[in-house]
Amino acid sequence: MSVLATAFARDTPADKIVPPEGFTAQLTTFAAGAMAFLAVFALALSLAAGRLAERWGTALAQGATVRITVPADQQAAQVDAAMRVLETTAGVASARVFSDAEQSALLAPWFGDGIDMSALPVPRLIAVLPADQGFDPAGLRLRLQAEAPGAVLDDHGRWRGPLTSAAMRLRVLGWLSIGLILLTTAIMITLAASAALSANAQVISVLRLVGATDAFIANAFVRRFTYRAALGALVGVVVAMIGLLLLPDQAGEAGILTGLQLAGWHWFLPLAIPILSALVAFGATRAAARRTLEELT
Amino acid sequence: MEQNFPLERKPKAVIELENVAYSYGGGELLSHVSLKLAPGSFHFLTGPSGAGKTTFLKLLYGALTPTAGQVMLFDRDMHSLNRDDVAELRRKIGVVHQDCQFLDHLAVAENVALPLSVAGYDLASEQDNLQELMQWVGLTARAEALPPQLSGGERQRAALARAVILSPDVILADEPTGNIDWEMSQRLLTLLIELNKMGKTVLVATHDLSLIRVAKASVQARVLRIADRRVQLAGADL
Repeated sequence: MSVLATAFARDTPADKIVPPEGFTAQLTTFAAGAMAFLAVFALALSLAAGRLAERWGTALAQGATVRITVPADQQAAQVDAAMRVLETTAGVASARVFSDAEQSALLAPWFGDGIDMSALPVPRLIAVLPADQGFDPAGLRLRLQAEAPGAVLDDHGRWRGPLTSAAMRLRVLGWLSIGLILLTTAIMITLAASAALSANAQVISVLRLVGATDAFIANAFVRRFTYRAALGALVGVVVAMIGLLLLPDQAGEAGILTGLQLAGWHWFLPLAIPILSALVAFGATRAAARRTLEELT
Repeated sequence: MEQNFPLERKPKAVIELENVAYSYGGGELLSHVSLKLAPGSFHFLTGPSGAGKTTFLKLLYGALTPTAGQVMLFDRDMHSLNRDDVAELRRKIGVVHQDCQFLDHLAVAENVALPLSVAGYDLASEQDNLQELMQWVGLTARAEALPPQLSGGERQRAALARAVILSPDVILADEPTGNIDWEMSQRLLTLLIELNKMGKTVLVATHDLSLIRVAKASVQARVLRIADRRVQLAGADL
């Protein structure tokens, strides 16, 4: 943090030594702001993907389903058999047969309300709630097959796997984007700083002549670019966060689009972006200045 | 003026060159140069243009490293100095160029005070010194002007003020009168002679022999001549 303290120390003589640049300076600030703006969305995407993966993971892992698909006359017997198996399975906390009302509620989105369930060959569902340690799905499947051949265990792994890994990959892509954004910021600042150093060759030679050390000259440029990058990034982050705030908030829906808003303390994370930008600008300008100065007498 | 400074307490020479050579790319510009600048001495350096006066001066303030031989600046071998040492050294050697450059966006007074800022002095407490110096070079009225607004003579005097504000031991001037009229040249020379009388070691590169003649009337000056890649002490017959 002492790095930032030097960068923002006001009114040092070194500040006036580099002539003001006007338009180019504003470009640097604007570009830093644009990068920070993008970084906020990449960050929000990563965090949302992470949350989503976690939600899918926990919500689906909490339950398994046994589906009994047999002709109607055998259904009751097989349900009883399956229930007996489930009740004696280690790692199953409880099992519960879905009532007719619950089953019709599940089907309502497809068939509409108030349908006569008895008229349809609907399989019977049993909700299985695993205990903390979980159960062994393969073993359970074998036992079900023996006792109730029409019972199929669905532990939701088929759904959960690809969804969770997609969300995790999305998260990795988000972080990768943030890395690329910071790298681009570094490149941009390096180019701007190199241009400023070349444009101020006379200033630098005058300073060397009157006894300025490389560190003194470099600091004059470093302070300026660090300040610009931090200022631009701060504005970019604020604008992006306002944008995020204005997104429709539908936390109840587990959609990636509606879940893009930040949650809880994550709202403070984007504030790290201006600090990171400042550090990146500090490093990039210092490296550029040192390189340029080494070549001079 | 050397009697003002007991020699036993000062280094024998502020700048000493031993068998120094300097070559650019292919050709050798200077060779076998040996020289001692005693503290408080006044030297002129003459020679045809292109003979290497500027190169020679650059060797004296550490802007160039000799390709052979040894340059001792304040008893320190130039080869052993890093960039920060050289920067430190420049504060003890004031340099005035023919085309003196300034920070064009800063006022003359700020430019003159630049070495103070660079060396980390508190500018506020040095204001009296600055005023005095500006008065000495006759630029008080122009203190707030920007360097591009100055005349050639004013620029030279501003550069001289800037070169001496840290009270260096040595002042090197490269054709300081090259761009200014005779009256202004004499005024500048007077300032350099005054500095020498205060004990500063002064070396002025010039091709203006009449300037040397004028100087000899009021200061014990030696004349170095660059010819045939050598730097030799010229006779007193100017």
